[in-house]
Amino acid sequence: MSFTIATSPHTHQRRTTQQVMRWVYLCMIPGVAALTYFFGWGVWLQMLLALITAIFTEAACMWLRGRSARFAWRDHTAIVTALLLAVSIPAYAPWWIIVIGTSFSIVVVKHVYGGVGQNLFNPAMAGYVLLLISFPVQMTSWPVPQSLAQYTINFADSVSLVGSGYTQSGYNMEQLRTGVDGATMATPLDSVKTDLSRSLTPTEALAKPIFNDIAGIGWMWVNLAFLLGGLALIYLKIISWHIPGGLLLGLAVPSILMSLFAPGQAIGLSLHLLSGATMLGAFFIATDPVTAATSNRGRLYFGLLIGFLTFVIRTWGGYPDGIAFAVLLANMCVPVIDRYTQPIAYGHGGRS
Amino acid sequence: MTQLKELTQQGLWTNNPALVQLLGLCPLLAVTATVTNALGLGLATMFVLIGSNITVSLVRDYVPKEIRIPVFVMVIATFVTVIQLLINAYLFELYQALGIFIPLIVTNCAIIGRAEAYASKNPWHWSAFDGLMMGLGFTAVLLLLGGIREVIGNGTLFAGAELLLGEWAVHLRIDVFTVDYPLLLAILPPGAFIVMGFIIALKNLIDHYREQRAQQPDKVVTRARVTAQ
Repeated sequence: MSFTIATSPHTHQRRTTQQVMRWVYLCMIPGVAALTYFFGWGVWLQMLLALITAIFTEAACMWLRGRSARFAWRDHTAIVTALLLAVSIPAYAPWWIIVIGTSFSIVVVKHVYGGVGQNLFNPAMAGYVLLLISFPVQMTSWPVPQSLAQYTINFADSVSLVGSGYTQSGYNMEQLRTGVDGATMATPLDSVKTDLSRSLTPTEALAKPIFNDIAGIGWMWVNLAFLLGGLALIYLKIISWHIPGGLLLGLAVPSILMSLFAPGQAIGLSLHLLSGATMLGAFFIATDPVTAATSNRGRLYFGLLIGFLTFVIRTWGGYPDGIAFAVLLANMCVPVIDRYTQPIAYGHGGRS
Repeated sequence: MTQLKELTQQGLWTNNPALVQLLGLCPLLAVTATVTNALGLGLATMFVLIGSNITVSLVRDYVPKEIRIPVFVMVIATFVTVIQLLINAYLFELYQALGIFIPLIVTNCAIIGRAEAYASKNPWHWSAFDGLMMGLGFTAVLLLLGGIREVIGNGTLFAGAELLLGEWAVHLRIDVFTVDYPLLLAILPPGAFIVMGFIIALKNLIDHYREQRAQQPDKVVTRARVTAQ
């Protein structure tokens, strides 16, 4: 009789928070590249401002808490928060928008709750919501895809626009948002929503030049680029498929049902999935390991909830996009989700 | 005299209805967008608190224990109605600004809390003083909250004070700074929660420092000699 001792089947891979976070922002590169290609250099300026603000506010918070700032900088979570907020806001918003938003994200949403790992709400999205409800004009001045715009914006113009609100030739954001026909252009989701509320049919609403691609010029490619980065994150096992899968499913199923049963008011599946912040939200924002549910089943429910809430807000709510609000609402439900989806440990009771 | 000091300290600091008991948050958070509204509601609440405390204290021996809560509520509702009609008659614009939150004073738990916890067990003059101090404590927090929110969200202080205090108060208005785009969040309800959280944190911080200072003299360590001479 032999007693063989098997080694533990646990594989262990050392992966620090810093490495995880580094992969997250490296995988944002395709999305940021697409944003730059279609909308100009503004997003880089926003990212730079957000990073500077995040580093300084984080250091200030750690100093107030009597800890080492370097310790907080080293985990790179503030960098991810700052970058996510920077790509979420309109690329040519005035500089103080991103400064206020990032400071709020870091100081109130992250450090007031106790720093990294303790926050209840997604810092980037809480900062975004603060900005959206406080400064609705600046936060809805989305730039027009460069191929449709009447005035193109070069790098020097971007700097001047973010810094002072005017380009070097003296155009302000409102003028820059006009298309070649001289009419102010809205984002695809906003445009469709406004047209549907004016009792136009979806076909009429989609007849505008901005919809020459399937889901809006620029926006579709931005979303596909973020999808690419997100798939890379799943491949690298930085995130599991449950949250993005649940989110896209929760958004797709109701929108298909709506297209089938109430086609007159439906925004449409392709627009839902490939416009607004869908892919950025599904793969980069909702997957925040701190504020999402813990177990895989819980993550699936968490994703489904965000997707469904986004659909509800986009269809009936007051805002054209609803990812940020949906993420915050789902963050509130996380303790409940975690409670009811807790897996049963082997040997610790069960259903029978 | 010690009783007076005790009541003052309880009402204004250690047992402050807004900061410690966290009672009456509904009106507290809803109407403190400006200092004027905060002051109006604070004074109204204080009036109701004093009136109900005195009345409850006077009738406390005649009210059967089983039905005391309904009786207290009736007393409070009476005073709220009185103050509502008074504001409606003399300060109509303030009445419109405060809206539903004047009648809602009746649901302010701080008032029935004081009636139950203090006025129903103590003589009327102490109860009146307790009502005054609790009301002052509540009003002070309202004013602080209203001031912070008005400065952040509007850049002004005492805007519209003439609604409450008469024509001369127009000159009270202070323009702290002028911005094109104020931080709207501060004057929306979420801002009230956030600012309130910071005020409570500040109070706890002050308490913490006081406690530490009070304990410090005890911490004198005398060095014991452990090696043999």
